[in-house]
Amino acid sequence: MRPAAASTGWTRPPLIANPWLRWWLYLGLLVYVIAAVSTLDVNWQRVLSGLANGWRILEGFLAPDFTTRASDIWQGMEESLTMTLTSTVVGCLISIPIGLGAARNISPLPVYAVCRAIITVSRAFQEIIVAILFVAMFGFGPFAGFLTLSFATIGFMAKLLAEDIEDIKEVQAEAIRATGATWWQVINYGIQPQVMPRLIGLSFYRLDINFRESAVIGIVGAGGIGATLNTAMQRYDYDTAGAILIMIIVVVLAAEYLSSHLRKWVQ
Amino acid sequence: MLRVSSLTKRYKTGDEALRGVSFELPAGEVVALIGPSGSGKSTLIRCINRLVKPTSGSIDMDGTEITRLGGRGLRRARRHMGMIFQEYALVERLTVMENVLSGRLGYVPFWRSFLRRFPQSDVNNAFGLLERVGLSDQIDKRASALSGGQRQRVGIARALEQDPALLLVDEPTASLDPKTARQIMRLICEVCRERNLPAIISMHDVPLAKMFADRIIGLCEGEIVFDGAPANLDTAMLTEIYGEEDWTQIHPEDEAKAEPTPDDRHAREERMAGLT
Repeated sequence: MRPAAASTGWTRPPLIANPWLRWWLYLGLLVYVIAAVSTLDVNWQRVLSGLANGWRILEGFLAPDFTTRASDIWQGMEESLTMTLTSTVVGCLISIPIGLGAARNISPLPVYAVCRAIITVSRAFQEIIVAILFVAMFGFGPFAGFLTLSFATIGFMAKLLAEDIEDIKEVQAEAIRATGATWWQVINYGIQPQVMPRLIGLSFYRLDINFRESAVIGIVGAGGIGATLNTAMQRYDYDTAGAILIMIIVVVLAAEYLSSHLRKWVQ
Repeated sequence: MLRVSSLTKRYKTGDEALRGVSFELPAGEVVALIGPSGSGKSTLIRCINRLVKPTSGSIDMDGTEITRLGGRGLRRARRHMGMIFQEYALVERLTVMENVLSGRLGYVPFWRSFLRRFPQSDVNNAFGLLERVGLSDQIDKRASALSGGQRQRVGIARALEQDPALLLVDEPTASLDPKTARQIMRLICEVCRERNLPAIISMHDVPLAKMFADRIIGLCEGEIVFDGAPANLDTAMLTEIYGEEDWTQIHPEDEAKAEPTPDDRHAREERMAGLT
């Protein structure tokens, strides 16, 4: 035992214990930042002309035009909301069995591997890429959008559900198992009550994400408000585009507010 | 009624938790299982209802060889063994009544348990048990809203709702204060006597074990080193079970060895193993 000196100072142990490695890392990082900034080639001429362009768009937003193309906007909005709701419901329902299969603590290895593979494929592709694929397969319109969002929802929900199941208090499930319950009864009594609040919360969160995504994938032809926005931009119809953006913002804010409230309420 | 012979358990990591444990349990006897952390108490209890699969040896319960069972046979055997856990192990988000009724899961088909439509006799029995453990006024509360002592009472009611032939109790009082611990031990022993129900109770607290048990089994490093009446458990015997302890010195190396206990780690490792 080393006796403590009366005046020993104390500093927090550094994250990287080896001082050589630590200082070389800091130095390397600094050099990299300087090198990276010096390679940026900014064409200030274009920035200036772009500013003027940007101002025109901003002007459009300051004077949004909801009326001229009202029916287009409403149709886009309706499509988007339909897409959002249906794809969230379908995606969440499909994600439940996949999530159960992808939880290592309750599923045998082959089932686990298959379910994890499905999740990985679903999460590997960004929505836009999936949307391009589905538009090519099923043609323009909200059906491709619905498929895209359902597909993305499956990966998102199943992964989070599986991780939640892997984090449960296993002793509660063990107690149910000790009563002689079957696999389904253990799921229903030992696991479902533990993951249900988060599952519901996540579904609302996904609803909110899906609406935002529906606006994006419309740009590649998957219907919805995104398609309407894209058309408006291509026509240089910035007043209408501004109106559409404002509507998107309002709906996203409302959805977020609602979903966060509902999540708090179920938890 | 229960005969365990030369039971061994070796975990995947190579630790030998049980080395040839043999004992017999007649009907209606309450046995306290004592021993230091990592001596295999928890493993022994979990081997009996096969939450942990023993490596070799046999467990005979009323003529059924438990170690060879699987699937439906194992579930049938488990429903006759009520288990009470250290941390209560109630499903916290379910109500008290649901937790008690979950003791019937081995008897009812899935649709009944899913819709919470248990047979009336089960529900009546659950009401009776909750009355017995003194929780009649808490029936529709969530388990998470109860105190430690109340939760353990629900745990007892759940185990009894199984209509068990044997009670397995793993450290029932370790998370409770001394007074509640006594009340819970008294309750467990009372219900065992009322029903002539044999019980194996693992515990840390030697005085409590001597106070309530008919018989004490001392485990040390996976072997039975004492098996007899509480009166015969003297200081020399305790030293053999728990080792020499010099109370005036702190031994940091001993504590480092003791934590985390192998039992805890393995219990977690195998907790869900039977599901996969």
